[in-house]
Amino acid sequence: MTTATPRPVPGPPKPAPPPRTEPGRTDPAYADPGHADPVRIEEEGVTGAQSLVRSLEEAGCEVVFGIPGGAILPAYDPLLDSTRVRHVLVRHEQGAGHAATGYAQANGRVGVCMATSGPGATNLITPLADAHMDSVPVVAITGQVARPLIGTDAFQEADITGITMPVTKHNMLVTDAAEIPRAIAEAFHLASTGRPGPVLVDISKDALQAKTTFSWPPELRLPGYRPTTRPHGKQIREAAKLIAAARRPVLYVGGGVLKAQACDELRELAELTGIPVVTTLMALGAFPDSHPQHVGMPGMHGSVSAVGALQKADLLITLGARFDDRVTGQLATFAPGAKIVHADIDPAEIGKNRRADVPIVGDCKEVLADLLVAVEAERKNGIADLSEWWAQLDSWRTTYPLGYDWPDDGSLSPQYVIERIGAIAGPDAIYAAGVGQHQMWAAQFVKYENPRTWLNSGGLGTMGYAVPAAMGAKVACPDSVVWAIDGDGCFQMTNQELATCAIEGIPIKVAVINNGNLGMVRQWQNLFYGERYSQTELGTHKHRIPDFKLLAEAMGCVGLRVESRDDVDRVIKEAMEINDRPVVVDFVVGADAQVWPMVAAGTGNDELMAARSIRPLFDGDELVADVDTESAVTAQVNAQSQEEAR
Amino acid sequence: MMEKHTLSVLVEDKPGVLARVSGLFSRRGFNIASLAVGPTEQVGVSRMTIVVSVEDFPLEQVTKQLNKLVHVIKIVELEPTQSVQRELLLVKVRADATVRSQVLETVQLFRAKVVDVSPESLTVEATGTSDKITALLRMLEPYGIREMVQSGMVAVGRGPRSITATAVR
Repeated sequence: MTTATPRPVPGPPKPAPPPRTEPGRTDPAYADPGHADPVRIEEEGVTGAQSLVRSLEEAGCEVVFGIPGGAILPAYDPLLDSTRVRHVLVRHEQGAGHAATGYAQANGRVGVCMATSGPGATNLITPLADAHMDSVPVVAITGQVARPLIGTDAFQEADITGITMPVTKHNMLVTDAAEIPRAIAEAFHLASTGRPGPVLVDISKDALQAKTTFSWPPELRLPGYRPTTRPHGKQIREAAKLIAAARRPVLYVGGGVLKAQACDELRELAELTGIPVVTTLMALGAFPDSHPQHVGMPGMHGSVSAVGALQKADLLITLGARFDDRVTGQLATFAPGAKIVHADIDPAEIGKNRRADVPIVGDCKEVLADLLVAVEAERKNGIADLSEWWAQLDSWRTTYPLGYDWPDDGSLSPQYVIERIGAIAGPDAIYAAGVGQHQMWAAQFVKYENPRTWLNSGGLGTMGYAVPAAMGAKVACPDSVVWAIDGDGCFQMTNQELATCAIEGIPIKVAVINNGNLGMVRQWQNLFYGERYSQTELGTHKHRIPDFKLLAEAMGCVGLRVESRDDVDRVIKEAMEINDRPVVVDFVVGADAQVWPMVAAGTGNDELMAARSIRPLFDGDELVADVDTESAVTAQVNAQSQEEAR
Repeated sequence: MMEKHTLSVLVEDKPGVLARVSGLFSRRGFNIASLAVGPTEQVGVSRMTIVVSVEDFPLEQVTKQLNKLVHVIKIVELEPTQSVQRELLLVKVRADATVRSQVLETVQLFRAKVVDVSPESLTVEATGTSDKITALLRMLEPYGIREMVQSGMVAVGRGPRSITATAVR
């Protein structure tokens, strides 16, 4: 029997999050408007499982992706009665984890997934590691064997807190039913504040079954957790001075700007100063691709203008980015002439890979707001002229725009397909990609104008991310068109969630960019392994196994196929018209298309190849094109083998 | 040249906290030269004394990563000149009647103590800095060391000030 008796308590309410955080923005768990006024809830005679479901409700959770099983079974009973928490029954726990991630990436709230002990929990490890690398607020709840059985190698026992320690922001094992509300409140708080990340709560079956009292809000006990969100004023002034004096500055924008919801402030600063903006793979959509000051995505497959901007800059204003190896290339030769302003909410990122001249610890929204004021004041003393810098950037942009060739064999160009999906679905749609060539093309050829419209696995590079993440995003934003842009390799890792989508009424659209191969690996084999294609052909062309059209139909989706250029637009539009079921389009594309530009792993960004035979040299004002292909590729192969030898 | 630094780390006394700290060191490639854990004057708070060998990573990375652990409350670096640092040694030395007096003389020189004796061995307890412990061992080695066990280093800052976890309720 559950009886809710909300009683107002006298005096000020116990503040759930510690000071310095802003409830409502960085901490969506406490933003539930229905519980903004201080109401203390006490419910007696509930089970631990009921307490868990009540805690999820009060923490603001509206959907849980999961699969029941022995140890978590008690939690699923009260879940059946909850009118505030929807449960989406997935087909594999990995799907639950990525769906929670996609949900969180799309709407900024905490994504929640649930699994049973042992294999259920271990299947969550990949999505947890994925969310950890990309700083996504996710709470995972797992059942654990009953307390007397812990440590006895019991049936379906796995030490999931031990296993997930390195891939979560924090985790906890709860064996006392009375601790459940606090554990859930702490998990939501940790996941969503500071640098966001996944938090796992493992609850023993006996704790779920025990009688307890549910009370909310619980007092958080996190003495060691005090994220700094407010930047230091002196550092802000130092940064403003450098910004005002720089002749070749670049705003190097990472995913932290999206997480801090600081896109408006970013745009204001960019437009106030006229400084060019590059957005990393994790930040696409943080600054409109169409904006004249947007010079592209940097990195291994970045545009020539963006990579060149970083390499030749005299100042990088780094916001919520972490100098990842896929952006910097060889660290020693990265942006050699640049001073570094590095703002991040995680102090450990500052100075980790590249020394910062002006380190700023803080939330990007507050950093940018303060910078705007400081830069405005600094500009009264004069403004550096950026016209020469823009002339250089514009010449890169006009000489080396992103482009692609149609395959010689008359097959369909994958880049064209992705470009058309972006053009037809438009900038209000949400795009979720897998990992590989199609991911890079989706980053390059879809134009992103809005935050949270590009979801991908940037840090961990998880093949199979797209379909479940798109499912989560569609649940988060049911009114948005959600496209999963997937490869034929990735798609075969997690397509079981199409059944979930079909049954639960989650009409996502999936474009399988089917080149018959593990395309990115094949590209490396082509470039660095003497065209020896070891274990990269999947047979999805040669044998048409599986037949993606039939597979889609078997899972209750509409299956479509496109093999020629003439059908591309028509079929994309047809897919756009279907809103009652998921749609899968099998785009049969050429196997030999490659992702360009490219900086080979382990080489410096100055070795960027704009295309297979074009290497713009950044060490000089003249752009040298048409370098001999063979020697350039040989140089890359050498660098590659050096890296592998390390 | 490896630099060694002594970190005094206040942590919440929670299950798994040692695994979290040691796991962090191993996965980030930080080297632990010595680690000692014990309770403090505050209930619920343990203190770890970690001696870190810094080579490839600046110490700053080590402390910043440690600080990200939710159970870590406070980290202070203790300078050797501004702190008292001690290790404990128990060593079983081969010592029959012919050499016992010589061994005892060494023990006295180092202000160590004999804690067990048998016809063919002496067990010696010594506390001190790493240097003192190493020197004592070097003196005892010629007699034959049958068994030895050594603690990690513990350290406390000199003067009246203390490292406390004020944030703990």
